[in-house]
Amino acid sequence: MEFVFTEEQEMIRESAAGFLSDVSNSEAIRTAMVTESGYDADLWQRICAEMYWQAIHIPEEYGGMGLGYVELAALLEQMGKHLLCSPYFSTVCLGVNAILIAGTEQQKQQWLPKIAEKGLTATLAYTGTNGRWDASAVEATYTANDKGYILNGRLRFVPDGHTAELLVVAARVEGSSGEEGISLFVLPSNTSGISRQWLATMDQTRKQAEIVLSDVVLSADAVMENAEKAWPQLATIIQLAQVSIAAEQLGGAEQALDMAVAYTQEREQFGRTIASYQAIKHKAADMLLKVEVSRSAVYYAACVAQECLAEDGDKEFAAELMEASSMAKAYCSDTFFFNAGTSIQLFGGVGFTWEYDCHLYFKRAKSTETFLGNSSYHRELIAACLLD
Amino acid sequence: MRLKFSEADEKFRAEIAAWLKENLGGEFEKIRFRGGPGDEHMYSSERLAWEKKLAEGGWTCIGWPLEAGGRGASIEQQVIFHEEYARAGGPGRMGHIGEGLAGPTINAFGTEEQKKKYLPAIVSGSELWCQGYSEPSAGSDMANVKTKAVWDESLADGAGRWKISGQKVWTSLAHEADWCFVIARSEPESKRHKGLGFFLVKMDQPGVEVRPIEQLTGTSEFNEVFFDDAVAEDIIGAPGEGWKVAMALLGFERGVSTLGQQMLFQNELSQIIAIAKENGASRDPVLRQRIAEAHTGLRLMRYNAMRMLSDTSGDSVDKSVLVYKLHWASWHRNLGKLAMDVLGPESEICEQAPYDLTRLQSMYLFTRSDTIYGGTNQIQRNIIAERGLGMPREAKG
Ligand SMILES: Cc1cc2nc3c(=O)[nH]c(=O)nc-3n(C[C@H](O)[C@H](O)[C@H](O)COP(=O)(O)OP(=O)(O)OC[C@H]3O[C@@H](n4cnc5c(N)ncnc54)[C@H](O)[C@@H]3O)c2cc1C
Repeated sequence: MEFVFTEEQEMIRESAAGFLSDVSNSEAIRTAMVTESGYDADLWQRICAEMYWQAIHIPEEYGGMGLGYVELAALLEQMGKHLLCSPYFSTVCLGVNAILIAGTEQQKQQWLPKIAEKGLTATLAYTGTNGRWDASAVEATYTANDKGYILNGRLRFVPDGHTAELLVVAARVEGSSGEEGISLFVLPSNTSGISRQWLATMDQTRKQAEIVLSDVVLSADAVMENAEKAWPQLATIIQLAQVSIAAEQLGGAEQALDMAVAYTQEREQFGRTIASYQAIKHKAADMLLKVEVSRSAVYYAACVAQECLAEDGDKEFAAELMEASSMAKAYCSDTFFFNAGTSIQLFGGVGFTWEYDCHLYFKRAKSTETFLGNSSYHRELIAACLLD
Repeated sequence: MRLKFSEADEKFRAEIAAWLKENLGGEFEKIRFRGGPGDEHMYSSERLAWEKKLAEGGWTCIGWPLEAGGRGASIEQQVIFHEEYARAGGPGRMGHIGEGLAGPTINAFGTEEQKKKYLPAIVSGSELWCQGYSEPSAGSDMANVKTKAVWDESLADGAGRWKISGQKVWTSLAHEADWCFVIARSEPESKRHKGLGFFLVKMDQPGVEVRPIEQLTGTSEFNEVFFDDAVAEDIIGAPGEGWKVAMALLGFERGVSTLGQQMLFQNELSQIIAIAKENGASRDPVLRQRIAEAHTGLRLMRYNAMRMLSDTSGDSVDKSVLVYKLHWASWHRNLGKLAMDVLGPESEICEQAPYDLTRLQSMYLFTRSDTIYGGTNQIQRNIIAERGLGMPREAKG
């Protein structure tokens, strides 16, 4: 049993921390977040060409680095810590995972090298307008004919949906419900019949879009594995995404704590630093506890995710993905919200200004908590396993 | 990262599981799942016999080095032992203070002669220990010890011995113990952590009086201990170095037994879940949330412990270590309340008149002490903020 980073993983973490503190400082974040795309295209190209992060867990046979989910989580933690504005999460944690889990061999060969080598951006669109995250969220519909498929529907809350070049779309057979009748399709976002609208969001560091499908005609090779019965694949993709978000939340929660501790060590009131007041110390201690427990949750779930993606992965261990990903998402959502909220409190008045970065973390905490289900939602999933 | 146990470790697991299956039955059947925090007053003679049985099988002090009488078991094997022990319903250990605290301390700081004198009886389960740190005016502020130690040359046929006078309090299992390790002031007029000694005192002597303290459970597992010129058999480390020894001992306190403790917690949580399914509490949406939260907290506690135990850097300020006590103590206190809330009105009804509590009632009440002993939650937070985050130290009065 070795539940610590290997030397190589530690190196990945350190180099990510170094690079991101350079390129994703407060000024860079603020410049990117007010644009519609939400990211600096040059920086994305640098990430793809110099760091090769988009390829981290793509298998070598498809042009990737072939590393594991723990390495990916180590990167995501740092991206969350530095609030990186980029299509990384949507491309790698939604797009790549969807193709890895549900893609046909031909789709993998067609798309993964383009992501690994050219930095093609991608995302997953599965939620309709009903605000749910389970199978019932899939509202878009399709009909099959002898040439292929015709898709219709409205998809909402799609991360980077207005900029992604490649879409993985979930749709259901007309008249089906629940986990039945779901298929996944992979298609370029400029396919005719698709219109995409950026939705301005409270958290400006993470962009969302609405996508409308109007009689989108797809050839037969656009459908992914297990047509009509693809819910288990989609569920796995969502669970892997939960692990990824939790890793980002861990980083964000850590940064909210570090910023608050640094500030309270400097700020003096009543003739001493406010960090010397026990009320402040105890809040900081609670924040650190949550960060450390979150870290255990994230890296355990990342180890499970790794077994799930690896061809020769341990099946018994991989079967824990549902539980491990929900636990990580529930715990880290609460942690990030608590830490980001508490950090505003510890900064006092300046914490409430636009100028200080506290609000950026506070808003990211809420948007990531909501996305893919908040902590109550995930606790109910766990409760159902234990009690029903 | 590698989360699996090796094949050799799994073989070890099978070995201890088989031994427990064969031996933890018959006369010992009734003490399965008994004893331990909150139930410490139950079946002490049977549990003493069990200590000896364990020792015969070579299953006491397994983490100690071979030369100290242990098995030199690896961390993984110790984890496995504690897990299997708890899974099988192994009774609360009465020898845990000797095995987990006194022994490792004597082994680290004692002379060869002292090791020979004290360790074998701990390994064989024949002598029990208790911990004499807290005093009426030295609780969280442990350095405020007032108990005195005075050198008396006339004792032990002119070889000389330290004599102890003062009062200790909250001393768990003092009424069962053969020995107590006592921190006392060996230099008169010394202040705080300077001038202390770490003494080994035999309980059965005229200068030692043990008075049980009744707890809020109506039972008593801790005591007041009065020393009136009690003779200390030995001192571990030099006079004046007691604080160093006492602190090192607290470092032995956390560690591998935590995974066994978690298995006990799992037994409690499973019982609560079974009750919830039976009485319909499992349909209450708020209780469902709380049960899921308890389950999550326990799993994460396990992953935290796995991190803590794999940390090979030996860095005692590793953050997963710092937060561990605060996490489990707070979690367990919440579990106690959850148990009562799942039981609903039945939670009030005792096992028997006049005041015989059910196991879950005892557990619920006892969890209120988890956040007090071994460093209160407030003290834990001070330590986390100071050592983990580098925030200013508390002003000392
Ligand atoms: C069940 C049980 C078993 C025990 N077994 C043993 C044993 O075997 N041997 C032994 O030596 N002791 C034992 N103890 C004693 C235990 O270690 C002490 O109770 C504990 O250290 C707290 O000390 P105190 O009770 O004097 O409380 P105090 O120190 O008086 O604390 C009272 C309150 O003040 C708070 N407080 C104190 N100092 C600070 C501070 N600096 N900042 C913020 N808040 C503060 C505490 O958190 C607490 O809430 C046991 C206690 C219990 C409950």
